[in-house]
Amino acid sequence: MEVYGTKLTSRLLLGTSQYPSPAILADAVKAAGSDVVTVSLRRESGVERAGQGFWSLIRSLGVKVLPNTAGCHTVKEAVATAQMAREVFGTPWIKLEVIGNHDTLQPDPFALVEAAGILTRDGFQVFPYTTDDLIVAEKLVEAGCQVLMPWGAPIGSGKGLNNRFALRSMRAHFPDVPLVVDAGIGLPSHAADAMELGYDAILLNTAVAKAGDPVRMAEAFRHAVEAGRLAFEADPMEPRDMAAPSTPVLGTAFRS
Amino acid sequence: MKIIVNGKPVETGAQSLAALLEELGYGGVVVATAVNGDFTPVARRAETELKDGDQIEVLAPMQGG
Repeated sequence: MEVYGTKLTSRLLLGTSQYPSPAILADAVKAAGSDVVTVSLRRESGVERAGQGFWSLIRSLGVKVLPNTAGCHTVKEAVATAQMAREVFGTPWIKLEVIGNHDTLQPDPFALVEAAGILTRDGFQVFPYTTDDLIVAEKLVEAGCQVLMPWGAPIGSGKGLNNRFALRSMRAHFPDVPLVVDAGIGLPSHAADAMELGYDAILLNTAVAKAGDPVRMAEAFRHAVEAGRLAFEADPMEPRDMAAPSTPVLGTAFRS
Repeated sequence: MKIIVNGKPVETGAQSLAALLEELGYGGVVVATAVNGDFTPVARRAETELKDGDQIEVLAPMQGG
């Protein structure tokens, strides 16, 4: 797939948070086969310098980074965080999150569209974390977004695709815009489901990081995403209500 | 003067943002900075003068989803 002129070999984008250890994070990224990982910015102590070791680890993996604006609740916070991320990570890519509600962590669509416009005009390539609302998606595309990242379910919930109908509509409505299901994926079957619907990629974090064996789960997701994509490209059969024999009926024994 | 760095009060004699970062041990560390909510790029740190009550953010790469 291609986003903002960059070709990606993997359709699985992986978050880097909540792993049991840096070594397991590194192994999970390799097992997932991801060439894009999400990262963030947090307050740094001049004494502890916790972020420096993490940044060295990520750079050693040879993957592209997609910084996020997680935790931002206003346009101003999101724009400033994006600008800081661009300087630190050296990329115009930004996963734009403007959170509207503490409990559901759902995007504030009004602030999201406004921030997306400001950042696009400032030269950013915006990956908006959005809902499955078609009109919000249209406004994001008008604001300059060349990729859309609707949620499957609330962040960290692992519920899968809460509104399959809406996600199908979105795929049909934006046939030429890369669509990434971001958030809510809990199982490889959820990821395969989204890929079978024709989604271009999956972005997930918790489902791998919080698995008992994150590295094995990363591998499972890699297979699921690949299988789902192959299935979509293979043009699945139409489901039907009645049974239809798959074994030829002609020549069946014991029938007169 | 008294300023706020990453949400905590700090007493400093540093006149500029660049001097403050040196004073607090961020020399050579990969960080991004904001003053009173506005991004302040590396190139402007030396010329960014601090005033009493300024709110400074010093952010570094961190795990994210």
